[in-house]
Amino acid sequence: MLKIEGLTVAVNGKQILHNINLHIKPGEVHVLFGPNGTGKSTLISTIMGFPKYQVTKGKIYFHGEDVTNMPVYERAKRGIGVMIQRPPTLRGLSVSEMVEICSREKVDIEKLARYVNMTSFLNRAVNDGFSGGEIKRSELLQLMAQNPELLLLDEPESGVDVENIALVGQAVNYILERGTNGFERESLKVRREHRHKAGLIITHTGHILKYVPADVAHILFRGTLSCSGNPQEMLECIGHQGYEACVSCGLLEVRA
Amino acid sequence: MTENSKIVQRAEQAIEKKAAYGRDIDLSSFADQSEQHNAIDPQEISDQQKKSLEAIGVDVSGANRSGTFMQMDHSVVHCNVTNDGVEMLSIDEALRRHGWLMDYWWKAVQPDADKYTARAAIHQEHGYFIRALPNAKIEFPLQACMYIGQEGVVQDVHNIIIVEEGAELNVITGCATDPVVNKGMHIGVSEFYVKKGGKLSFTMIHRWGEEVVVRPRTGVVLEEDAQYLSNFICMHKVNDLQMYPTVRLAGEGAVARMNSILVAVPGSHMDIGGRAVMDVPGTKAELITRSISTGGIIINRGHLLAGAENVKAHLECHGLLLQKDGVIHAIPELEARTDNAELSHEAAVGKIAQEEIEYLMARGLDEEEATATIVRGFLNVNIEGLPESLQKEIDIAVNEFSFGKGA
Ligand SMILES: Nc1ncnc2c1ncn2[C@@H]1O[C@H](COP(=O)(O)OP(=O)(O)O)[C@@H](O)[C@H]1O
Ligand SMILES: [Mg+2]
Repeated sequence: MLKIEGLTVAVNGKQILHNINLHIKPGEVHVLFGPNGTGKSTLISTIMGFPKYQVTKGKIYFHGEDVTNMPVYERAKRGIGVMIQRPPTLRGLSVSEMVEICSREKVDIEKLARYVNMTSFLNRAVNDGFSGGEIKRSELLQLMAQNPELLLLDEPESGVDVENIALVGQAVNYILERGTNGFERESLKVRREHRHKAGLIITHTGHILKYVPADVAHILFRGTLSCSGNPQEMLECIGHQGYEACVSCGLLEVRA
Repeated sequence: MTENSKIVQRAEQAIEKKAAYGRDIDLSSFADQSEQHNAIDPQEISDQQKKSLEAIGVDVSGANRSGTFMQMDHSVVHCNVTNDGVEMLSIDEALRRHGWLMDYWWKAVQPDADKYTARAAIHQEHGYFIRALPNAKIEFPLQACMYIGQEGVVQDVHNIIIVEEGAELNVITGCATDPVVNKGMHIGVSEFYVKKGGKLSFTMIHRWGEEVVVRPRTGVVLEEDAQYLSNFICMHKVNDLQMYPTVRLAGEGAVARMNSILVAVPGSHMDIGGRAVMDVPGTKAELITRSISTGGIIINRGHLLAGAENVKAHLECHGLLLQKDGVIHAIPELEARTDNAELSHEAAVGKIAQEEIEYLMARGLDEEEATATIVRGFLNVNIEGLPESLQKEIDIAVNEFSFGKGA
C-alpha cells in the first residue's frame, strides 16, 4: 500500500531523514519508535506531503502511484489520513463542520461523536481550549469520518489520561477495522480476511499497543530507520537497554 | 429665529470644515440635483435591480418585513408599513406631522461636526423616520433602502429612529448603487434614540459602485436599560468610506453592541470607527470588528470612554490580510476617567496561518477551499441576540464573499 524508497528529507535546508526504506502492506499496522528529535514526525509529515518537508531524494508510492510531489489534499483524497502532534485551533469553525469537511461519504456525525465521547464538543470551535486528550479524540473523530486507507498517527496517546487511552485505542481500531469493538455486521474472521487498512503509528511509550495490535515495529534513530522487528520484543529491548544499545544490537536488518 | 434656521446657520459656518478622519472630499465634483423619480412598486423593478436589492438584505416581496422605505437619489419612491405598532415616513413628512420631532432633530449628531453634516443640514433630501410606539414588539424587521440610481449624484439623507419605552424594533438598511452607476456620493446622517427599556437591532449592509464615496454620520442615544445592537457589513468595493458612529449610553443599565464586518478589495479605502461614551454607571458596551483586506486599506478605530463607575466595555479588532499589498491598521483607544471601570481591548492583525490551511488540506480540501473555510470562520462573529432573519442576511453576505470570487 505504501512503499518508500531511498527517501531523504530536509527541513529548512537541513537534512533530517536519510535514505529511508519502508514498505507497509495492506492490512498491516507498523509502529515507529525513536527518541525525541530523531525525525519521526518528519517522516509522517513527509508521507502526508506537508510542503515544508522537502524530499531531496527518493520516492513515495501509494497503491503503486508515485505521490512524492503530490499536494496534501490529493493524498488525502487518495486515502491517506494523518493525526499530527499539535493541530492548530480553527476559530469560527465548529467540530461538526470540520467532521463534515472530512467526510468523503455521508456519515452519522452524532453516532461517531458518541463513539469517542465528543457529542458535547460538536458545536465548539476546533481545538479551541481543548485539553490534550480532547484534541486526540477530536482528531480521531475527524479521521473516523475521513475513513482513510492508510492511517498515520503521531503519538496518539500523548497527553491522554489512562481512562481515555482505551477510548483512543478503540477509535484507532475502528478506523483500521481491527479489534473486537464497535462492529455490527461482520464476524471477526471475515473481517480479518478482508481487512486491508494499514497504519503507521508513532509511539513514544508504546501504551497504545495494549489496545491496538501492531504487526511490525521500527526504530528511527538519528534520521535513519535502524531496526525492525516484533513490536513487543522491540519495546522491551528499548525499555531495558535504551534506544542506542537497542539499535546497535542488530536485531534485524532494515527491510526494503 | 426658528430652531431650524439656527441649525442651518451653524451648518453654514462649517461648510468648509474638514472631517477629523478620512480623505477630504471635494463636494463640488458631484451633482447636487437629481432627476425626480416616480413612486415604484418594488415588485415591478427589473430583475437586475431586484438582485442588487436582495444583495443588501432587501426582501423585495416584503413578505418578511413590517415595512419598506425606498429612496432613489433624492426621491422617496416607496414607503409603506404593515404593523400598527410602528410608524414609518419620509423624514420631511414626519417633520410636518410631528412638531415634537424638533426635539430629536440634530440632537445626536452636530450639524457643524464637519462639512458633510453641514452639507446634509443645508441640502438634505429626505431620509426615513421610524418610530416604534411604546411597548410595541415589532416582530418582522423594517427595511430601508438607499439607492443611488444616477451617475455622479450626491445623495444626502437624514434619518431618525425612535424606539419608545419598552418597544422592540429591528431595522435592516441596505445601501447600494444601481449596477450602471460608477461614481456617486452618499452622506447619511442618522440619529437613533432608544428610550427606557427599549431595544433596537440595526443592520446595515453596504454595496456601492466602484467610485462611490460614503460619509455616514451616526449618533445613538440610549436611555435607562435600553439596548442597541448594530451590525455593519461592507464587503464590496467602495472608493472611500469613512465613519465613526458614536453611542452615548445615557441611562443606567444601557447596553450597546456594535459589530462590523469589513472587506477592502484593491482600490477600497475604509476608515471605520466606533465610539461608546459611558457617562452613567452600570452601562456596558462591546465593539467588535472583523476586517479583511484583499488589497485595500482598512483603518479600524475604536474608542471606549468610561466616565462613571461600574462601566464595562470591550473593544475587539481582528484583521486578516489576504494579499500582501493590503493594509489593516487597528487603532484601539481606551479612556477611563474613573478607577472603577473595566475596559479591555484585543487587536490582532495578520495573514492566515499556513498551518491552518495545511490542516484543512490534510482533510481533503484544496488550497482555495481551505482558505475560504478559514475566512468564513474568521468572519463568523457570533452575534448574541440577533433575530434569526438578520443572522440569515449576514450569513448570505459572508457566504457570498468567502465562497465567491472574494477569497
Ligand atoms: N521547522 C523546522 N526547522 C528546523 N528544524 C526542524 C524543523 N522542524 C523540525 N526540525 C528538526 O528536525 C528534527 C526532527 O524533528 P521531528 O521529526 O519533530 O522529531 P521527532 O518527531 O522524532 O521528535 C529535530 O532536530 C527538529 O529540531
Ligand atoms: Mg514528533
